[in-house]
Amino acid sequence: MTDVVVEPTTSVAVAHGRGEMPPWRLLLRRPTFIVGAAILLFWVICAVFGHAIAPQDPLAQQLLATNKAPSGAHWFGTDQLGRDVFSRVIVGARTILVISFFATVLGTVLGTALGLIMGYLGGLIDTVAGRLIEAVLALPLVIVAFLFLVALGTSPLTMIVVVGLVFTPLIARTVRSAVLVERQQDYLDSARLLGENRSYIMFVEVLPNVLPVVLVEFTVRLGYAIFAIASLSFLGFGVQPPTPDWGADISVNYGVLPAGYWWMVLFPALAIASLVVAINLVTDSIEQVIAS
Amino acid sequence: MVQSRSRLNAQRYGQKRVSGHPKGAILATYILKRIGLALVTLWLLSVLVFFAVQVLPGNPGRAILGNLAAPSAVAALNHQLGVDRPLIEQYWTWITGVLHGDFGMSTQFRAPVEPYLSAALVNSLKLAALAFVIVVPLGIIGGVVAALNYGRPADRIISVAGLSATTVPEFVSGIVVIIIFGVALKVLPVSASAGPGASPASQFQHLILPAIPLVLILFGYIARMARAGTIEALNSDYTRTATLKGLPRSVVIRRHVLRNSLLPTITVIATQLGYLIGGLVIVEVLFNYQGIGNLIFKAATTKDFPMLAAGVLTIGVVYMVATLVADILATTLNPRLRLGGAE
Repeated sequence: MTDVVVEPTTSVAVAHGRGEMPPWRLLLRRPTFIVGAAILLFWVICAVFGHAIAPQDPLAQQLLATNKAPSGAHWFGTDQLGRDVFSRVIVGARTILVISFFATVLGTVLGTALGLIMGYLGGLIDTVAGRLIEAVLALPLVIVAFLFLVALGTSPLTMIVVVGLVFTPLIARTVRSAVLVERQQDYLDSARLLGENRSYIMFVEVLPNVLPVVLVEFTVRLGYAIFAIASLSFLGFGVQPPTPDWGADISVNYGVLPAGYWWMVLFPALAIASLVVAINLVTDSIEQVIAS
Repeated sequence: MVQSRSRLNAQRYGQKRVSGHPKGAILATYILKRIGLALVTLWLLSVLVFFAVQVLPGNPGRAILGNLAAPSAVAALNHQLGVDRPLIEQYWTWITGVLHGDFGMSTQFRAPVEPYLSAALVNSLKLAALAFVIVVPLGIIGGVVAALNYGRPADRIISVAGLSATTVPEFVSGIVVIIIFGVALKVLPVSASAGPGASPASQFQHLILPAIPLVLILFGYIARMARAGTIEALNSDYTRTATLKGLPRSVVIRRHVLRNSLLPTITVIATQLGYLIGGLVIVEVLFNYQGIGNLIFKAATTKDFPMLAAGVLTIGVVYMVATLVADILATTLNPRLRLGGAE
């Protein structure tokens, strides 16, 4: 759960100004991006159309066919209640993607606003907020999330709020340093001389210029969100059974691993692994294209 | 290390290291400032933890006893827990206790929190130490090999594998290693606890599987830093000079490249200690290991708030001390930072 601090650079503007090739063309030339995007697209399709794609009802229990190993009838086998693991993996893409996405959106919006205010106004607000951020970051993210989930109770909505709030200071810190770079620019002096008010300058003049940093930060955080949400679901703080969810399904079934029922946990585990690796391949490619 | 750094410094600037008063004073001021800031952060953290476990649950007595308990029983328990007193007073009682090593009574064990906490912390440190001992040399070697093969397949394989290993949650890689080594091959025990009175060798054997997910998470970061540092050092003027004056490549790499590239890596390694502890929660639950992560998890699920607060605060303290030591170490070791660029 280390946070990669994306240092804002002026090369973002340079990359656009060069005008040789649009950034998305550069992205499509990177094999790591293609692979990552393809896997991501697959899971997004599963999240949207999961119930139509899944061969069986992910909730249907077949009590005469429990703990069945993978076969032609059940590609990924069946779980302890005789539910089709393949169907549960396909449909389970929805909860993790939806929760992670909204948590990241919330964190990005709040973090960007806080970062703009801290970076642009500076002074006491910046110092106080900076200290608070340090205090929150003094704990591993999963532990902070943990503390608040225990205090507030568990539901997908609390998970979105908690992970979003935990990400806010991280994103604020990155946006703040980008804003500090922008503050040196002449256009802000002009805006001030024109007598525009501070919130107008922050959100209409500065924000568009730090947007590339915000977008990179969003994709990086989305990867961490999936990591965190999967881990919290595994600990039982997320979606409650019987709703299909990768982390929760692993949590319910890993106890029978020593008995040799590996398929109930391996396939959801591989699904999580493929999703996080895919999103990180995409993020890494975007960062490298921006940096080059 | 300090000695070799200063020798390098003298070599680079063609002067003897001046251990005179002004620079020492700058360093001392910097360290004092960092410790002061850490104390402020620690205090804020204690307030945060206190509010999360004492204020947010609303009614701890109700939370512990459940919906069916009589209001009088809830009120009696709240009184016994002291949560019906003013908040400031509660915080004061709690924090003065903590400063004296008294973390209160665990509601789950009906016994003082402290012995459980220390025992769990020792267990966690054992697991963390094993993971560290494995991952540090592995990560550094991986990063240096990638850098020396910059742009070639070996570099790409190490970089992509490192990135992927780092992003996969610990319980996912943990499941995979359990299936491979514990279920399919049956070569290693699946549970982390060797049982009471087990020999160190047996304890070690039980800790190998749980250490692997932690190693995988950290490998990517350490390798990435070592790679970046090595590439930077390889492209530097002093490396070019060393090569041009005819030194063999192995000498250039050993004496000029590695010495400069490993410093940022050391800093990263120290800061990773905190993240390692975060990952411990998951790994300890998965492998049913009696460490501090598992203790916090159990406290959370049984609504044992004093235990939860104590555990989270302890993790915060360990994390902050690790970061502080890393910062100070980096400043002390790096001549450029030591000579005034510390802020």
